[in-house]
Amino acid sequence: MKQSHDIQQTINITPALMDRINELLGHYPADKRKSALLPILHDVQDAHDNWLSVELMDKVAEIIGIKPIEVYEVVSFYTMFNQRPIGKYMFEFCQTSCCATRGVEDLMDYTCSKLGVGVGQPTPDGMFEVRGVECLGACGYAPMMQLGDTYREHLTKEKIDQIIEDCKAGKVNLYYNAE
Amino acid sequence: MGKQILLDKINVPGIKTYEVYRKEGGYASVEKALKSMTPDEVVNQVKDSQLKGRGGAGFPMGMKWSFIDKKSGKPRHLVCNADESEPGTFKDRYLMEYIPHLLIEGMITASYALEANLSYIYIRGEYMWVFKILEKAIKEAYAAGWLGKNILGTGYDLDLYVHVGGGAYICGEETALIESLEGKRGNPRIKPPFPAISGLWQNPTVVNNVESISAVPWIVMNSGAEYAKIGTEKSTGTKLISASGHIKKPGVYEIELGISVYDFINSDEYCGGMLDDRPLKALVPGGSSVPILPAHLIYKTANGEDRLMSYESMQDGGFASGSMIGSGGFIVYNDTTCIVRNTWNFSRFYHHESCGQCSPCREGTGWLEKVLHRIETGHGREEDIDLLWSIQSKIEGNTICPLGDAAAWPVAAAIRHFRDEFEYHVRFPEKIKNRDHFVHEPFEKVRHLVSKETV
Repeated sequence: MKQSHDIQQTINITPALMDRINELLGHYPADKRKSALLPILHDVQDAHDNWLSVELMDKVAEIIGIKPIEVYEVVSFYTMFNQRPIGKYMFEFCQTSCCATRGVEDLMDYTCSKLGVGVGQPTPDGMFEVRGVECLGACGYAPMMQLGDTYREHLTKEKIDQIIEDCKAGKVNLYYNAE
Repeated sequence: MGKQILLDKINVPGIKTYEVYRKEGGYASVEKALKSMTPDEVVNQVKDSQLKGRGGAGFPMGMKWSFIDKKSGKPRHLVCNADESEPGTFKDRYLMEYIPHLLIEGMITASYALEANLSYIYIRGEYMWVFKILEKAIKEAYAAGWLGKNILGTGYDLDLYVHVGGGAYICGEETALIESLEGKRGNPRIKPPFPAISGLWQNPTVVNNVESISAVPWIVMNSGAEYAKIGTEKSTGTKLISASGHIKKPGVYEIELGISVYDFINSDEYCGGMLDDRPLKALVPGGSSVPILPAHLIYKTANGEDRLMSYESMQDGGFASGSMIGSGGFIVYNDTTCIVRNTWNFSRFYHHESCGQCSPCREGTGWLEKVLHRIETGHGREEDIDLLWSIQSKIEGNTICPLGDAAAWPVAAAIRHFRDEFEYHVRFPEKIKNRDHFVHEPFEKVRHLVSKETV
């Protein structure tokens, strides 16, 4: 597998993204800009194919006005920040007790074999990836997975088939719009 | 139907929106508190309610509020803990997703009581769509004049923002949450000082759970004394229970504290009975951290009394024969469940989520996971069971934050109540080769193969 340092990431902080970063910085006192780091990282990652290269983390540090190491240590601590390119459609299956009790292991096996990959291995075209994660807070609606901003619950093999088809057809929006 | 104060309007069409929420009487507690009560009067009502914190620890909310330092003159903050990550728990998400303005109303009224002018809701990153729902609802509340400068012309200012985390169970621990809100790794702080004295940016801070804060509007409108009339003497009010596992109707239910566990599991109003009518084997009543109960201690306590959905009844018997109501993450297991596998699953969770600061937790959770995996996959040794007991006892009480205890307790309780199942795994490895070994042959049918008495 390619390591992140082998891959160039095009950094593009658009004016719209910069406006959003400034809005987030405005949520904290002027001398506490570092507090905005996690929310900013989410938006920056979303705008860059869902991963954060060293160069991109350096850029975030520069915008906030903190040291690069302060960004690296945060990115490496939290599971939602990716330090390498990931599949465009990342199926994150909850594998904790309630989902395990309701058959998530079989579903993960099924999904991996259907996509011809192992857990944590993007498909060669970069479209899909399967990952096992810990409790997502959907225990009553098990088994389930996260796909982008939202959850897919009460999963069955048939539903997985449909979701994969929808992804291939470009019918899946990864970002939730509350408006 | 029990009394409902949080979910009573959840089915009103459009209650998610500001207009409908307001039309249904929403934000009245802000008006009442700001216009006719002093901050301390609000604190006293919450004290009178005897509401215990709904995040899991059950610390009385009014008492927590009374500890906040109002004398130093430093800015104060209220931070809502919406980092719901305890396995089995999904109630806060339900409130925020379907009636977001209730939490915002509670945040304003509670911030006023604490004389805080800058407050935050810290939500776990995976609840990204709920984060967006809350951001929108907060904008609506600003536009309607409930937030910002000089609210309702009373001179009270409040800014409220929602802050999104990055995926880390440990950030549900209040000092780790504060670190994370400061833009750092979620490493819990050594206490004291407690957040009420030195919290967010070293300012006095109160951290409360979503469900606790959402009860504040009702308490302010109806009085703490009225709230205390609901439930039992020691467990006042209502509690959201997230029910999951092998039951007919998983979901979020608001119960009046004090109903029986039997009724909660079996009545059609709540869980609707066991899935496929299979036998009940075990219960985790309050999230993965609390001790698991075996079948004979679920409906009755060790003294033969009815087990109730209350703080005191769940704890009856201590760790020897009781558990805790915790976060209300109520996980029901039937006879197809393998307790060893489930305990391994929980240990993997804690190992993954340990922040790594304290060696007993960082190393111990890894050992627990590895030894349990060895037993579950048929490579266990008889002495592994005592080894597990030894490891868990060395984590408990020896860490900065309660994650260590939370990792130790489920293992201790599983061995205490289901030791014969561990012995079966060690002695009959050929019978547990498939991961669904108890689906086709429940343990009850093979228990006789393990001769030794359960301790």
